[in-house]
Amino acid sequence: MKPENLLFAKTHEWVAVANEGGQKIATIGLSAFAVEALTDLVFIELPKVGRQVKAEESFCEVESVKAVSDVYAPVTGEVIAVNESLPDNLETLSSDPFGDGWIARIKVSDDSALANLMDHTAYQKQCEE
Amino acid sequence: MRNTRDTNLLFELSETGRRAHRLPACDVPERPVGELVPASALAAAPPALPELSEPQVVRHFANLSQLNMSVDTHFYPLGSCTMKYNPKRNERVAAMPGFSDLHPYQSEGTLQGMLQLLYELQEYLQEISGLDACSLQPSAGAHGELTALWVAATYFRDRGEKRTKVLVPDNAHGTNPASAAMAGFTTVTVKTLPSGTLDIDDLRRHLDNQIAVFMITNPNTVGIFEPRIREIADAVHQAGGLVYLDGANMNAILGIARPGDFGADMQHYNPHKTFSGPHGGGGPGAGPICVTEKLAPYLPAPVVIKTTEPSPDPSLQGRETDRYHLDYDRPKSIGRVRAFFGNVGVLVRAYCYIRTHGPDGLRRVSENAVLNANYLLSRVKHCLPVPQGDRCMHEFVASAAKVKTEKGISAMDLAKRLLDFGFHAPTVYFPLTVKESIMVEPTETESKETLDAFADTLIRIMEEDADLLHDAPHTTPISRPDEVRAARQPMLVWPETY
Repeated sequence: MKPENLLFAKTHEWVAVANEGGQKIATIGLSAFAVEALTDLVFIELPKVGRQVKAEESFCEVESVKAVSDVYAPVTGEVIAVNESLPDNLETLSSDPFGDGWIARIKVSDDSALANLMDHTAYQKQCEE
Repeated sequence: MRNTRDTNLLFELSETGRRAHRLPACDVPERPVGELVPASALAAAPPALPELSEPQVVRHFANLSQLNMSVDTHFYPLGSCTMKYNPKRNERVAAMPGFSDLHPYQSEGTLQGMLQLLYELQEYLQEISGLDACSLQPSAGAHGELTALWVAATYFRDRGEKRTKVLVPDNAHGTNPASAAMAGFTTVTVKTLPSGTLDIDDLRRHLDNQIAVFMITNPNTVGIFEPRIREIADAVHQAGGLVYLDGANMNAILGIARPGDFGADMQHYNPHKTFSGPHGGGGPGAGPICVTEKLAPYLPAPVVIKTTEPSPDPSLQGRETDRYHLDYDRPKSIGRVRAFFGNVGVLVRAYCYIRTHGPDGLRRVSENAVLNANYLLSRVKHCLPVPQGDRCMHEFVASAAKVKTEKGISAMDLAKRLLDFGFHAPTVYFPLTVKESIMVEPTETESKETLDAFADTLIRIMEEDADLLHDAPHTTPISRPDEVRAARQPMLVWPETY
């Protein structure tokens, strides 16, 4: 996916929303900027499939040699898939953050939180500050 | 100079049959071990222990011990850890047989000296904190946090209040949310402002009837005394919550400000930081807590109490004397959190430290800790900016973000290179609220010359070639461990995976 087509949260998650059979599905990952700032990653705790998450709630943890950081859900809904291969291939997060490094897919039940997200240009500006 | 041969693994140095002892000839009839021990308890082969001579063993450990950095050998400005010098006098006193040879099951009458010391330490800690009651039992700072949160939970249960949340600022020590979770609370993060102080508006947004405790470190982890601490405490109290003070930074305010006076209901001390107990080694440590009057009934039992009663000594003919007792009769107590009276060895050292300095001396400890930190800040801020300003308390947090962008030199690179010059590194990458943070706490026990030497070195390192820094340290036996592999695939057993 091209970062230019994604939406970004203040807390550095990216979101791609697609319409699949009349249902809004959000794919979520971490931005390249965030992955670099986290430095060397050692562990990821993925959410369970089927979990109901609320927008801005922490639903995943990544641990680097520096610290443990929360990943926040940008939308409200149900986790329908997680990237099972990530825990054993954490380098994917940095090599392809906007593609193979995706973290989870959420069936959106309430997309009002999408309005709080930034486009790529606005997000880049935030990162430069 | 360095003997790298004898610091090899003992298994690598081993030679079959080499011994560090020779037993005398046996003067009783020998019997095969199989006759004395059932076969099921006998190993088929002896354990694979290394075989060495005594000088080899001594050299191995003596050389290993010199590969370490310590407060006795190096300046150790590790922020948040208060690595002050530990006076040797305290070690001598704690080792006196009257303290070190006591058994906790001795009768109270034969423990009067120790109990008096512990009672007086409780009183001193209460006086320094401005709080009403004390428990010496917890065995570490984080254990003190957990104990105090249990006290708070029990207090609310006793009042019939259901409160589930603990608020913690985003620059708090990681132990705060961990203790809250262990005590059964949900942790909610409160933001801090770019100035480094608490975002009081964000705090107010979280204050509701679910708030049990607000945990705050003051001075906080960026070395700033919260200027509106009284207002913060009042707001928490109005919502029916309690204020917990993380006492990790007490070294900045001894005899100057008392947590009880600025609104704290509970606090812990880290005697190994503030009162110069030895650090590290995994213990035995201590994390005494002090609380207000209303929380006192819930403290762990026993506490040491003093009574005045006729002396049991016949030569005093029934004259009234002070007697010290372990008070177990505390029906609302949360119970024990540690065997016996806690780790008294560390407490004896803390007592000695407090008595050596006295009230005026303790105040000077803090004044000099703050002076040293501000002096060092003023020496380095032109090359390592301090985002939270020109003044600090006992420590400051500088940022290497500028030099990272301009030259590719990170906080980690600077920390590693300092080792080559014989300085322990400051704390790096904590708190997370400052980018490329370098947290420096010189403590009061360092001279101006040491501080100057450290500042000069830091400034000189920043002029060095970036590649030289990326490969630092160059003088230690191991340069940069592979932290990712160490975390993901640790090798914990020798020799199978060696």
